[in-house]
Amino acid sequence: MSLIALLCSFGFVIFSFFLSQAFKLGLGRDLIITSIRATIQLLIVGYILNTVFGFENPLAMILMLLVMVFVATKNAAKRGKGLPRIFWKIFLTISIVEIITQGFLLGLQIVPATPQYIISISGMIIGNSMVIANLFLNRLKAELEMRKEEVVLVLSLGGSVKQSIYPILKQSIRSSLIPTIEGQRTIGLVQLPGMMTGQIIAGADPVQAIRLQLLIVFMILFAAVLTAIILAFLIYPKLFNKDQQLDISAW
Amino acid sequence: MTTEVEFINVSKTYLNRQEVVHVLKGVSGEVEKGSIVTIIGPSGSGKSTILSLCNLLLTPDEGEVRIQGKDVRNWDIQKLRRRVGIAFQGAPMLTGTVLDNLSLPLRLQGRTLENPKKYMEFVGLTEDHLSRQAKELSGGQRQRLSLARTLVNDPAILLLDEVTSALDSLSAHEVEELILRINREQNTTILWVTHDQSQAERVGDQTWLVIDGRVVEAAPTKQFFVKPKEEQTKQFLELRRGYK
Repeated sequence: MSLIALLCSFGFVIFSFFLSQAFKLGLGRDLIITSIRATIQLLIVGYILNTVFGFENPLAMILMLLVMVFVATKNAAKRGKGLPRIFWKIFLTISIVEIITQGFLLGLQIVPATPQYIISISGMIIGNSMVIANLFLNRLKAELEMRKEEVVLVLSLGGSVKQSIYPILKQSIRSSLIPTIEGQRTIGLVQLPGMMTGQIIAGADPVQAIRLQLLIVFMILFAAVLTAIILAFLIYPKLFNKDQQLDISAW
Repeated sequence: MTTEVEFINVSKTYLNRQEVVHVLKGVSGEVEKGSIVTIIGPSGSGKSTILSLCNLLLTPDEGEVRIQGKDVRNWDIQKLRRRVGIAFQGAPMLTGTVLDNLSLPLRLQGRTLENPKKYMEFVGLTEDHLSRQAKELSGGQRQRLSLARTLVNDPAILLLDEVTSALDSLSAHEVEELILRINREQNTTILWVTHDQSQAERVGDQTWLVIDGRVVEAAPTKQFFVKPKEEQTKQFLELRRGYK
């Protein structure tokens, strides 16, 4: 795609801006800022990837992955502000999910161990984990606010901390996974996934593109489930104090 | 008589929007085994906090709460909460059937409830209720089920937090009778928070008046209502009688 064509595509943003102004939606500023931000971010990433792919040293790639995990963690941790050590718990969760998923793909030689594959696939794993962590924390907080009475009831009857919160954790895990599962249910029927579309447009064999996409679908499902479960079990013990009382006042 | 519950100079504070609220200030008192202590006082005076300290649903900031002679903080927490049962005002129920809720205390211990019928009958419910959804029961039935569920743990001490305040007068009377029966037949020690002075007078052996986090007066119930010693108690009782 030429630079001129790319510039022309910015017309979509300008058109959206005018629509927002015409209907007084108040989104004009956000639309412009988001589009400019996305452009700058992607251009920078493009240059960084170019540089990283050019390095022979795997340390450069690991550093890049660490930065990705750090940024994803920082974003997700906002939802858990007030929870003890929430940044490190999310950092650990995303790192474990990344290591296990990539370890599986590379260990079984499902994908080649090149920076192009590792970084691109890691982007999907880490990004997806970040979204799941966000959804999970959001849901957990809402559930705890709604069902605090149930937790206290179970504790008052002699239940353990885990017993008192388990139904809420289960519900929060399930809810956080619904968008991922629903999204995969209509895949190919309603919309073609972005990466697959990109490959097909670039001239790849559609069957090959679909195979790679399937790998990604399965990987995303696994990473999503793993993220929600690990995060749930890292977080719940610190929702209680030493006397086994629910203490979420700081959240 | 042996002392079942003992409060020794207990204080409790909450942090409410960065502001320290003193809910209890140096509360002391004793509850004899098998007796009923009714706790009355204005809303927000700290009555419910006194109950929650007995099974460590709250921890005292200062002082000690002793159950059967042992500081609550030295008990195995699960064991303490089974020994000291609590019934809440709204009789909260978990989603599921009456049987699911009734058997909850034993399920938490990995055990099964062998004789649900016995508990249902004891609280005036029938076996037919077992398969119904707990959340669909009437207020009175829920409160009975809540008491039955607490009794499954066979508690020696029962904490009652306004258990009849949301019920109509007939249901309230029936639940009150049930609680007196539990006290009589199982020699259960009861701490009963109520806003209903006539109920406190009817059921209590001892009555405590809590105002602004302090026990203003603790006396045998009859004496408390007929010949209160403290000026604040007289004012409180007169004010309430005046409202009636």
